[in-house]
Amino acid sequence: MNYLDFEEPIKTLREQLEQAREIQDKNDLDMTTTIEELEVKIEEVSKEIFGKLTPWQRVQVSRHPDRPYTLDYIEALTEGNFLELHGDRTVKDDKAMVGGLGELEGRPVMFIGQQKGINTKMRQYRNFGMANPEGYRKALRLMKLAEKFNRPVVTLIDTPGAYPGLEAEERGQGEAIARNLLEMCQLRVPIICIVIGEGASGGALGIGIGDKVFMMENTWYSVISPESCSSILWRSWDYKKQAAEALKLTGDDMKGLGLVDDIVPEPLGGAHANREATFQTVKDVLISELDKLQKLNPDKRVNNRLRKFSNMGVVAG
Amino acid sequence: MGWFKRNAEGITTSSSEKKEIPEGAWYKCPNCKTVVSNQEHAATLWVCTMCDHHERIGSDAYFGLLFDEGKYREVAPKLTSADPLGFSDTKAYTDRLDAAKAKTGLTDAIRVGSGEMNGQGVVIACMDFSFIGGSMGSVVGEKIARGIDHALKKGVPFICISKSGGARMMEAGLSLMQMAKTSAKLSLLSKAGLPFISMLTDPTTGGVTASFAMLGDLNISEPNALIGFAGPRVVKETIGKDLPEGFQRAEFVLEHGFLDAIIPRKELKSQLSFSLRMLHTQE
Repeated sequence: MNYLDFEEPIKTLREQLEQAREIQDKNDLDMTTTIEELEVKIEEVSKEIFGKLTPWQRVQVSRHPDRPYTLDYIEALTEGNFLELHGDRTVKDDKAMVGGLGELEGRPVMFIGQQKGINTKMRQYRNFGMANPEGYRKALRLMKLAEKFNRPVVTLIDTPGAYPGLEAEERGQGEAIARNLLEMCQLRVPIICIVIGEGASGGALGIGIGDKVFMMENTWYSVISPESCSSILWRSWDYKKQAAEALKLTGDDMKGLGLVDDIVPEPLGGAHANREATFQTVKDVLISELDKLQKLNPDKRVNNRLRKFSNMGVVAG
Repeated sequence: MGWFKRNAEGITTSSSEKKEIPEGAWYKCPNCKTVVSNQEHAATLWVCTMCDHHERIGSDAYFGLLFDEGKYREVAPKLTSADPLGFSDTKAYTDRLDAAKAKTGLTDAIRVGSGEMNGQGVVIACMDFSFIGGSMGSVVGEKIARGIDHALKKGVPFICISKSGGARMMEAGLSLMQMAKTSAKLSLLSKAGLPFISMLTDPTTGGVTASFAMLGDLNISEPNALIGFAGPRVVKETIGKDLPEGFQRAEFVLEHGFLDAIIPRKELKSQLSFSLRMLHTQE
């Protein structure tokens, strides 16, 4: 288990719990009361801490190294009935963007999402979840494939941003994202998007135009990361907490502003604290929303989607 | 021993005394240092006759250049930012807005005009870099949306002249979604079969490049304009190496296949008219 700085009290209690269990096992002592008390205490403290997370703490949870990533979700949602599809048919296969066909309780679905790595080697292999233009073009190819065969699209968003590298610029990172926005606006099949971790800027939005856009409870979605915002507006890396507040990047804020449709609750302690429960909640949400969306005729669905995004923004005068 | 002694280290000119656009009687080309009178500079459309440096110009200059007799009707001129997030960093966003309004005489970083170009009806949106770096918040998105609605209603082509550092941080998620909003509107224009010419001028980066600016039926630019998704400083930090000469300049972007043409400013109006005539039959 990895713990975040503000989870320190939980860590201490968990360690005490471990010790108590060990003592019980080794010395054949009855520690039941202590163990029960500790379990209750852990629950209380967790509720206390997670009940009032600051925006910056939520950003930290969204990046928790134990959090489930895109392929974990797909594997669980499809119970392994998934075929990953590779490549953009032009340049290469982007490992930071994955996708493929999967079966969600009997429903064929095209899954797409950014993929992060679980250890140093895999993080590099996945380019830290930062896709290049070919990643966005692969995503679009898969969406078009889904449209051709009338299959809904589910995108799982988890990226610190589109990759700002030299080749990415040469191959048109801006154009690749822009094209996806335009095409997703008009895609004839249902699209559901869920921010499962980090939703950073255009890199997230590049697979983020959906009939329904959800954010998991402990995620963030905004135009820039709090760190970069701090460095640009405060000219220092030290104001990330203030930036996280100012950016209004949590699910509640984004929903309040009408920029996402709803929030998917996570288990106490975050998605990683109980993966099975997380996957089940997401599965229930997807099935119920897909069934609703598939009843609408495509023209109506596209119109609703266009109207939703066209209404975003607040102006005066 | 010098005749004069410097009291304080470094250059002490305060930033308020620096001017974005050189004012006064003379213009010195920042590229080749040639000095001409401002009048002469304006007569050559703010292009240096010695080195072809295209000076950054704003919506006023472009509208004057493109609309017949400089006549147009402005679409949604009164829209301003409502500071929906109550954003404040080292300065309050409302203070930044007031300062930008006072400095530029504009209401936000874009203006939309409807008029005629060589007798052809057209709606032109043009960004102003002098207003908070041409950044895109709710007002920019809404004005582009209304510009497109206007073009759809009148059945005329839409031109957008971009000049922007990207999305406006002070409107955070709302700015981000303007990328979606403008793209949604452009998809309607596309379905209606009306041409959209996107002109990317110096500089066009970030969320503007990653949305409407790269979605033209034609993407055009001016010589040497900086065009990219990530800014050059960020790319340099990412790769940890110096960037190649001409990186992210219009000529580079054209060579990599993302621009249809680079058009010198003096030919802009005639080439835009020609392209629209070739694409669209006026009713």
